[in-house]
Amino acid sequence: MSLGTDNPKEIDSLKDSRDASSVSAARIGSGMFSRVLNTVGLPRLTVGGFVVALFVLGGMKGLPLHNLLSNSISRFAMNAVMALAMVPAVQCGIGPNFGLPIGLLAGLTGMVSALELGLRGFDGLFVAMIIGGGLGTLLGIGFGLFLNKVKGQEMMVGTYAGFAAVSLMCILWLVLPFRNPELIWVLGGKGLRLTISLKDAFGHLFDKLWRFKIGGVEIPTGLIGVVFGLTAAYKLFEMTKVGIAMDLAGQNERFARAAGVNCEQMRIIGTAISTALGAVGIIVYAQSYGFIQLYTAPLLMAFPAVASVLIGGATPLSASVSNALVGTLLFQSLLATTVPVAQSVVGGDISEIVRLIVSNGMVLYALTRGHGGGNGE
Amino acid sequence: MNRDYRKRIFKKNQPNEASPSDSRFLRPGGRGFTILGLREILVRNIVPIMFVVLCLLGVRWSGKPALFLLQEVVFRMSRNSFLVLSLVIPVMAGLGLNFGLVIGAMAGQAGLIFVAARQIPGMPGFLTACLVALPLALGLGYMIGKIMNKAKGREMIAGMILGFFMNGIYQLVFLFGIGTVIPFSNKNMVLPRGIGLRNTVELKSIKWVLDDLAMAKIGKVRVPLATLALSAALAWLITGLYRTKLGQDIRAIGQDMKVSQVAGIQVDQTRVVAMMIATVLGAIGQIAFLQNIGTLNVYDSHGQIATFAIAAVLVGGATVSRATVGQALLGTFLFHLLFIVSPYAGQNLLGSAQVGEYFRVFIAYAIIAVSLALHSMQRARSMASRR
Repeated sequence: MSLGTDNPKEIDSLKDSRDASSVSAARIGSGMFSRVLNTVGLPRLTVGGFVVALFVLGGMKGLPLHNLLSNSISRFAMNAVMALAMVPAVQCGIGPNFGLPIGLLAGLTGMVSALELGLRGFDGLFVAMIIGGGLGTLLGIGFGLFLNKVKGQEMMVGTYAGFAAVSLMCILWLVLPFRNPELIWVLGGKGLRLTISLKDAFGHLFDKLWRFKIGGVEIPTGLIGVVFGLTAAYKLFEMTKVGIAMDLAGQNERFARAAGVNCEQMRIIGTAISTALGAVGIIVYAQSYGFIQLYTAPLLMAFPAVASVLIGGATPLSASVSNALVGTLLFQSLLATTVPVAQSVVGGDISEIVRLIVSNGMVLYALTRGHGGGNGE
Repeated sequence: MNRDYRKRIFKKNQPNEASPSDSRFLRPGGRGFTILGLREILVRNIVPIMFVVLCLLGVRWSGKPALFLLQEVVFRMSRNSFLVLSLVIPVMAGLGLNFGLVIGAMAGQAGLIFVAARQIPGMPGFLTACLVALPLALGLGYMIGKIMNKAKGREMIAGMILGFFMNGIYQLVFLFGIGTVIPFSNKNMVLPRGIGLRNTVELKSIKWVLDDLAMAKIGKVRVPLATLALSAALAWLITGLYRTKLGQDIRAIGQDMKVSQVAGIQVDQTRVVAMMIATVLGAIGQIAFLQNIGTLNVYDSHGQIATFAIAAVLVGGATVSRATVGQALLGTFLFHLLFIVSPYAGQNLLGSAQVGEYFRVFIAYAIIAVSLALHSMQRARSMASRR
């Protein structure tokens, strides 16, 4: 991510534009409106506005609001770790990690391995996380080495490396010698099933842990605890020497190099953390969902995660933990409230379409804003 | 405008510059090439050569008679080569591999839905579909071009994400717009609830219209001459385009945007025009493709079009910055031959046709990932050597 110019003024202006939450927004209006827009940012404002509008609409239609709220909270916690995985990737300079499916595959491998070993309950869950996280770290290091060779094209190469990994694993799910009859097809006795139920293994374990209700709203304390635990751990890492060096490498490679930071190494570390978080993320997701989805299921899962962190105010060049959490909360609330509200208004499930339009619209907005990512400006 | 231009001059990493090593890597088309050593020929054409070997192995392992394979390949060539050829112009214009091809395909499908609803039979139906798709594709192509201009240097990822985005809009229109905003008379095509189209639309009225227009029988192989002629016409038009002012402009901006700008070429405008042409071609290509298939899956037919077309052109030896008609045709042949044989080969080798099907999808994704990576590495190397 070299700046391509030695002119200090250019560098300054690039930095400034990176800090402002929305450059184009400044030109749109003036006064109060633009000040709000500048501090909150266009993505957060529009998606947040939609969520509020949907809640109001749902309330007017007589939908149980506490259900909507419970759904929003649990969906947020389900997906937050995967969005969190985007933060180290952006900070280390590879941009949003479109190769997230590689991490997801590591997590899926961890889960099916734990099940194959016959582990249940928290034993199974933690073994799955250890295998998944470890495998994710290893794959992440390899992926990081690969991305170092394709600087400036990480997003595109990452996307297709992820796609290729998913289709390669489709073959492996079929031919790997798994024996546990709960995992493989009943007929033929070969190959893993499309979806594997976690009901008897470790489904909903975190969700049920210390769960309580306030005024009809369910709070899955354990699940939220896991999310905030990981967030706090990453926050601590950000404060270490390596964490600071990594952030610097992502912000300004030339400057970081001058300060004696090994940028290549930092990019590898960031990619490895991102991939490992992806692996843990899919395990958290699957235990909450109650099923492991194999084969082509992880193919497009990187895009909602990328969209979440961008909605939270991140750009392809800078992201923080709070971007990931706020973005996931907004995006998942939007999806959770769309389903019942659209059902009562339009009379059909429109949520998949909303997901497509909002998540890809967000990524597109970030790509066309003139700075960040891609071409190594 | 002025500021944009200044910024571009400052950028050293101009993604659309043809890197000097390109000419060393690939033989300049037509004239001016020297006699090459065997090793060099191998290095330069490594991708097609690898695929020839892979295809030969696949053909052997599939255990299918040559005649069957030939017939299949002829049909697949006839219906796919138009779409693959449509990728050549964006590459020429420096816009990279056109992942936005799906959007053109969506416009084509809108035309087909119109024709299927009105039950317009035969050749008039085919032409009506093209006519309905044309303004849609022009408008969408204009929009894609404008967005590409805002995402210079990131055209491919922008095109891909735009494809996903438009897929959402497309589903919104045909799943919720039909019957509410858009009046639709043909009740057989609409879902029971009265809103939205069913997934499957039978294209009975125009099935095989183009193929049967001039079906020749060469030996025992049936050859749809008219469909092939359509692709041949496009190939001829693309080669002819080089000699026009527009073609020269497109080629110039593909090689160096800032030099073209200085030379007085309207860079942004030419890029938009190139995108509009590509989108219209995508729409026509999808109509020609689906008249052979005979059924339109409203919500899936366009899904993988861009991936497979791009994989095909890359298999033929094209790169992000260079693609020719010959590469497109060779790539279509090799890629689709592999597509046909891999399920049979999977069945014979591993006892599962499914493995072969996953394998061919893997090949499509992997070839794109590897090509993009190779291109990026090559550009970095040429940039380093220039410094």
